[in-house]
Amino acid sequence: MSTVSMTVNGKAVCGEVESRTLLVQFLRENLGLTGTHVGCDTSQCGACVIHVNGKSVKSCTMLAIQADGADVTTIEGLADEAGLHPMQQAFMDNHGLQCGFCTPGMVMSALDIVNRNGNELDESTVRKELEGNICRCTGYHNIVKAVQAGAKAMGGS
Amino acid sequence: MIENGIGASVRRKEDQRFLIGKGNYTDDINVAGQTHAVFVRSPHAHAEIKGIDCSDALAAPGVVAVLTGDDLAADGIGPLICGVTVTSDDGEPHRAPAHPALAQGKVNYVGDHVAIVIAETRAQARDAAELVDVDYSVLPAVIDTGSAADSGQPQIHEVAPDNVCYNWPFGDKEGVEAAFAGAHKVSKLDLVNNRMVTNPMEPRAALGEYNQGMDEITLHLTTQNPHVHRLVLSAFNQLAPEHKLRVVGPDVGGGFGAKIFVYAEELVVGWACRKIKRPVKWNGDRTEAFLADAHGRDHVSTAEMAMDENGKFLAMRVQTQANLGAYLSTFSTMVPSYLYAFLLAGQYSTPLIYSEVKAVFTNTAPVDACRGAGRPEATYLVERLVDICAADMGLDPAEIRRRNFIPVDAFPYQTPVVQCYDSGDYPAALDKAMELADYSGFSARAEEAKSRGKLRGIGLSSYVEACGIAPSAAVGQLGAGVGLWESAQVRFNPTGNVQVFTGTHSHGQGHETTFAQLVCDQLGVPIENIEVIHGDTARTQFGMGTYGSRSLAVGGVAIARACDKLIAKGKKIAAHALEAAEGDIEFVDGNFSVAGTDKAMNIAEVAFTAYVPHSYPEGVEPGFDENAFFDPTNFSFPAGTHICEVEVDPDTGVVEVVKYSAVDDFGRLINPMIVEGQVHGGIAHGVGQALLEGCSYDSEGQLVTASYMDYAMPRADNLPSFDIDYAPTNPPDNPLGVKGCGEAGAIGAPPAVINAISNALGVRHIDMPATPEAVWRAAQQAAAVSA
Repeated sequence: MSTVSMTVNGKAVCGEVESRTLLVQFLRENLGLTGTHVGCDTSQCGACVIHVNGKSVKSCTMLAIQADGADVTTIEGLADEAGLHPMQQAFMDNHGLQCGFCTPGMVMSALDIVNRNGNELDESTVRKELEGNICRCTGYHNIVKAVQAGAKAMGGS
Repeated sequence: MIENGIGASVRRKEDQRFLIGKGNYTDDINVAGQTHAVFVRSPHAHAEIKGIDCSDALAAPGVVAVLTGDDLAADGIGPLICGVTVTSDDGEPHRAPAHPALAQGKVNYVGDHVAIVIAETRAQARDAAELVDVDYSVLPAVIDTGSAADSGQPQIHEVAPDNVCYNWPFGDKEGVEAAFAGAHKVSKLDLVNNRMVTNPMEPRAALGEYNQGMDEITLHLTTQNPHVHRLVLSAFNQLAPEHKLRVVGPDVGGGFGAKIFVYAEELVVGWACRKIKRPVKWNGDRTEAFLADAHGRDHVSTAEMAMDENGKFLAMRVQTQANLGAYLSTFSTMVPSYLYAFLLAGQYSTPLIYSEVKAVFTNTAPVDACRGAGRPEATYLVERLVDICAADMGLDPAEIRRRNFIPVDAFPYQTPVVQCYDSGDYPAALDKAMELADYSGFSARAEEAKSRGKLRGIGLSSYVEACGIAPSAAVGQLGAGVGLWESAQVRFNPTGNVQVFTGTHSHGQGHETTFAQLVCDQLGVPIENIEVIHGDTARTQFGMGTYGSRSLAVGGVAIARACDKLIAKGKKIAAHALEAAEGDIEFVDGNFSVAGTDKAMNIAEVAFTAYVPHSYPEGVEPGFDENAFFDPTNFSFPAGTHICEVEVDPDTGVVEVVKYSAVDDFGRLINPMIVEGQVHGGIAHGVGQALLEGCSYDSEGQLVTASYMDYAMPRADNLPSFDIDYAPTNPPDNPLGVKGCGEAGAIGAPPAVINAISNALGVRHIDMPATPEAVWRAAQQAAAVSA
């Protein structure tokens, strides 16, 4: 067993893990942050996307010990006392979720898309960028709208 | 008009918890003392088990128990059952082989359950599962659907000679033959409905807890129908008496049919937690979902249509071989029979229809309902055949449909295949869809595409489906072991807020919002004061769950009926309080008032009075809490026309869906935003089947598409945005005037896509999935023929 320490959603955390423990397992099982989901075992579905040091990462494809010392943000770290993050709000306003299982990964990926592409996103960019996140419920139509709207809202327009 | 009532696109109440990462899915639930289970699965498609040595596994670190089929049999648990009987052509019930939850002497597909390994951690259970030594003697396997019943094939089950589960002829054979003999033209098509893996994004999971003091088992399951699970596990699998078994379906991450069924893992986890007297958690991974979730579709068919000289359909004849996999899943037998053949009339007035369905066993995962279940298979066959008919008659696909549509004034329309459609206006939906798709502008767009070296095609699909499952008497006559009514309870608390208990289950459909809108509209209670509760046999009175687009059409009516009872009781209470005759009390927008006066009290005040009945009408019970059961008198018949436009790159075979237009009849919409989302998802599922998704076993029965690396799920960049509109009719058989909407897209889309590709390539047919390779080959062939 190894000890890992990291910052998760602004709080310093540490825990004992096996060397094979995945980062997503550490988040879900050690920290009880069950908002990050596991939908596959081949790093394809994107339900487990979080941010590590400001970049989106599939947390099923990274070991917990690799995140030692990292700054991690999960879906639980977005909303504050004032309410939902603009991207979360955009998913609600545009009906960008149904069963909710892929949603945390979608929202985290969406934020990364905005970080890299700015606040004015065309449909084709969003569709290409979401290639690593699978949703079975929505047909993506409203997710694409939500990401565009959320991006715009984050830009303050 | 009540705010947030019927017809308003209210933002979903359930979204908040999902968006902040506070959903409560089965794998999110952990309990003290919990152990973790991993299943040992067969690596062979067909093999005898000569022995199982668990000693190394039992000695591995952290292992609590290793249990096999012998342990299960010794405790009298199981076997798994199929709940619908289909009578075969020899008058006997379908052949039903034993389906032990853990293999007993034989395995019949890759992924079949052999043992459960329970350990302190999941990793330990996984490690120990590798140490279970199973001595297999491999047998030849039957994999291919079309040849499974051929002579000389290996036999899978002794009780099913030639691997046949049933032969099911249906319809007027002689009449059809006579019509074919006298026909002006017969069009014929061979087609395959490709096998799909349903793939809700949340893998299946089970958490079993045994309360020794109360001798009760609680099972948290990824289920679409907790009460059905409890009923089957109790009455047929001997897990525990119903009153000693609680089944909870918490937040469930999509179902699409795959989470209807009672699976081996669920029964075994429930049994094991009592056996070891500790909680047991199993969380399936995606590979297990591919191997052991029930799959969908998998038909091989021949379809023929007899026509007169005007292209009027005289008769249709269908032969289908349907793969049911290695064992019969819970509702499997009804999918290629009742849910399929009863839909073969489609939107057309074809007077004579005859079908023969042969359902076969193979050494593959069980096959059961997947979004649409039988109806996509029927619709794909009919709508492909109609396009072939159009080509053979030299008619536009829209024109031949128009000539054969059931006339608007013919409703209610009795089809020759059991169903009586209660309402529909098929030309209206076709017209609107053609307008939405700019059908008349297609040839100019095709010319423009040609100038860029692309082949553009357009395809129509005019579907009807039967959902809102189902009138109990009708399904009883057909051999179903259950009734398919729905129940509801609407409870006011003394402070005026409302809890609505429904027997349906929401796993993405937004019932917490739609049902709250119904109650808000009917009772005039603000939507924020209404909570919808589902998915727990200990909280909801009973229910048959969610599938077959039944929740609103059946469950919604039960809620409305419970509200009716509250209003009736409220009138008595208000009459007493307002010192008026009951007959003079009116109820409008949440207020009980004395007609023609300003004397009134609102429903919250009535509820309070019912719980604090200090001054109360004689003979009326205290409390403000009513329940209702509703058994529908008919199915629900959503219908519509979908138009798909594609662009094919003949050099690569890549198909781009450039425009997709859908006009549906769902009757009255409660929440248009949610309905539209259901349509989007259904279309994506259907486009996935048509272009991408093909479940494939090799000749030895190894599943070669067992991950998202190998099985192509539709992704955002495979799809366009969709153009959606409605052409509603008012279904007289549904008290709320609603129709189901959850499956329509998956039913309508596949033929629209394939009709478009066939049109683009100028070929008669291409099977699904129309992968780039298949399309490229078809394009090459078509070019060679025309050259």
